[in-house]
Amino acid sequence: MNCRSEVLEVSVEGRQIEEAMLAVLHTVLLHRSTGKFHYKKEGTYSIGTVGTQDVDCDFIDFTYARVSSEELDRALRKAVGEFKDALRNSGSDGIGQISLEFYQKKKSRWPFSDECIPWEVWTIKVNVVNLVSEQERQICREKVGEKLCEKLINIVEVMNRHEYLPKMPTQSEVDNVFDTSLKDVQPYLYKISYQITDSLGSSVTTTMRRLIKDTLAL
Amino acid sequence: MDTDLSSQDRKDLDKFIKFFALKTVQVIVQARLGEKICTRSSSSPTGSDWFNLAIKDIPEVTHEAKKALAGQLPAVGRSMCVEISLKTSEGDSMELEIWCLEMNEKCDKEIKVSYTVYNRLSLLLKSLLAITRVTPAYRLSRKQGHEYVILYRIYFGEVQLSGLGEGFQTVRVGTVGTPLGTITLSCAYRINLAFMSTRQFERTPPIMGIIIDHFVDRPYPSSSPMHPCNYRTTGEDNGATYPSVEDSQEVCTTSFSTSPPSQLIVPGKEGGIPPVLSQPAHGTQADHERMAMCTPLDGALYSAATPSSSEDTETVSNSSEGKSGSPHDLLETIFVRKVGAFVNKPINQVTMASLDIPFAMFAPKNVELEDNDPMVNPPDSPDVESPLQGSLHSEGSSGSSTGNTHDDFVMVDFKPAFSKDDILPMDLGTFYREFQNPPQLSSLSIDIGAQSMAEDLDSLPEKLAVHEKNVREFDAFVETLQ
Repeated sequence: MNCRSEVLEVSVEGRQIEEAMLAVLHTVLLHRSTGKFHYKKEGTYSIGTVGTQDVDCDFIDFTYARVSSEELDRALRKAVGEFKDALRNSGSDGIGQISLEFYQKKKSRWPFSDECIPWEVWTIKVNVVNLVSEQERQICREKVGEKLCEKLINIVEVMNRHEYLPKMPTQSEVDNVFDTSLKDVQPYLYKISYQITDSLGSSVTTTMRRLIKDTLAL
Repeated sequence: MDTDLSSQDRKDLDKFIKFFALKTVQVIVQARLGEKICTRSSSSPTGSDWFNLAIKDIPEVTHEAKKALAGQLPAVGRSMCVEISLKTSEGDSMELEIWCLEMNEKCDKEIKVSYTVYNRLSLLLKSLLAITRVTPAYRLSRKQGHEYVILYRIYFGEVQLSGLGEGFQTVRVGTVGTPLGTITLSCAYRINLAFMSTRQFERTPPIMGIIIDHFVDRPYPSSSPMHPCNYRTTGEDNGATYPSVEDSQEVCTTSFSTSPPSQLIVPGKEGGIPPVLSQPAHGTQADHERMAMCTPLDGALYSAATPSSSEDTETVSNSSEGKSGSPHDLLETIFVRKVGAFVNKPINQVTMASLDIPFAMFAPKNVELEDNDPMVNPPDSPDVESPLQGSLHSEGSSGSSTGNTHDDFVMVDFKPAFSKDDILPMDLGTFYREFQNPPQLSSLSIDIGAQSMAEDLDSLPEKLAVHEKNVREFDAFVETLQ
């Protein structure tokens, strides 16, 4: 099975990094989250309700809708915060990328550990620009807002192609497909990683793979 | 075609499509209320949340949607449309977006209704939630209130896109295939707003011309009435303080083309077209003020747009905002002669353009713009002079009074400091001219010279004799010098 890969590129100012990343990641996760499954005895299940809320950006002329889940929001903010710090500390170049990968777990027999098979990867390439004057910043606010509008339209277009999605699992398999650790919503299993390109443009000097959820713990 | 679908599936599909249409309308209208929407996730299914999404149902909106549908469902050739438009406080309206829920003939027989179609409809609603925040009308709707409101209208049937103006753009939210056809949700939106909301007037001045085309009666009478999108703020827009009628009417009911240089049209005089500066109004509120086009605070809208007199017109417009009366009269007076900027000396232009002339009310009606430079001519005709001009001249004078103006123009008797009228009872210009150069030598003056010449000639021999006597003194003196 091939993994679907989508790449988005944005150029933002330093203080816009977090909001721009959150806007894209939350929009993707809005489409890749369902309500909590409640399995019934007959093998059927019912699904909880996903709420949404609007978020106004402070540094970008932009508003996006995200899933109403504080846990999910915290997890994304933590990952994006680390990405932003790594970008800022990497040097003056300011180029990096953050990836949101949806995967399925495939149970393997002992002694092999479970396999993580990605089925969709969203990569956001970020180019950080430095602006000097307030007028430039104001223009940047608007331009980045427009760019994010375009990106969201691209995301929605991909989502509505109705390409591969994991089959709805049985109760025993649900943890191989969905992240069931959240209280109120149930996104597909995902992990966020990022890479920072150093100023020499050479291959990645630091690759950090951060597991937001403790899904690989045996 | 229908025989392939079981009756239960058919029933389910019809129900799904019906509720999908109702939820679509709710999402769109709620996104144009002007507020942030927030609903809670619930892990326990409530049974009433269609498509597993927490979307509130505003009763009026549901009622309107059901009325428009009239028991029918979107089908081939029968689309459900939600029209979003903007209405100013003066009653002019303009279409911003048309959201269309359509069905085409492309069927997907293999798809499972109760599971796949339902989930895909849920996904499509999530996409709609995302896209409704992305179109230009969203930002406009967040700023609605006193000057304009956002309205919605639901209709069923053929899609009418003509009200969106030229060059509208379309975004497809998504599609869901069903055994009866493919459901498509899309939005056509006016792109002129994109410029307005991002304040890019500078690059696209002709936009105003395009927009004004739509401040006219609708070509198609609405089959259903428009409804406001701000249920929670019904008090605000009704009780809003609107600007004075005559000023706003001038702006809204007329075109915004720039007039050619030969026609300086005075605002308010003819009730005709108040031309607009090609430069936009400045300020952070320029975008929705410009949309409203009714507030007189946007002074630039009143200006005459002669190419050479931009400086004049800006200051003129600032003073003419919202007033009808003597400043307008003064405005008429000044522009009677149709003098272009920079024709006279720059000081004159500053003087004339600035309506901050003190005691402007006392200015005589006939104003001459030429030759009021006292450097060249003594200003003996009535003139408009500002203290600025006076002070400019006073810098050249040797420490005398400053800011002295003509007595025959200003009714107030100026007594500048340190002025000595009794000793030098003359105006500043004359004084300056007289004492600009050292006084002529009395010996060089003609009448005295004529007399003394003869005397000098006669007295020459005597003087020579005296000097010869003192030769030795002169020599000694010369030696001391060496």
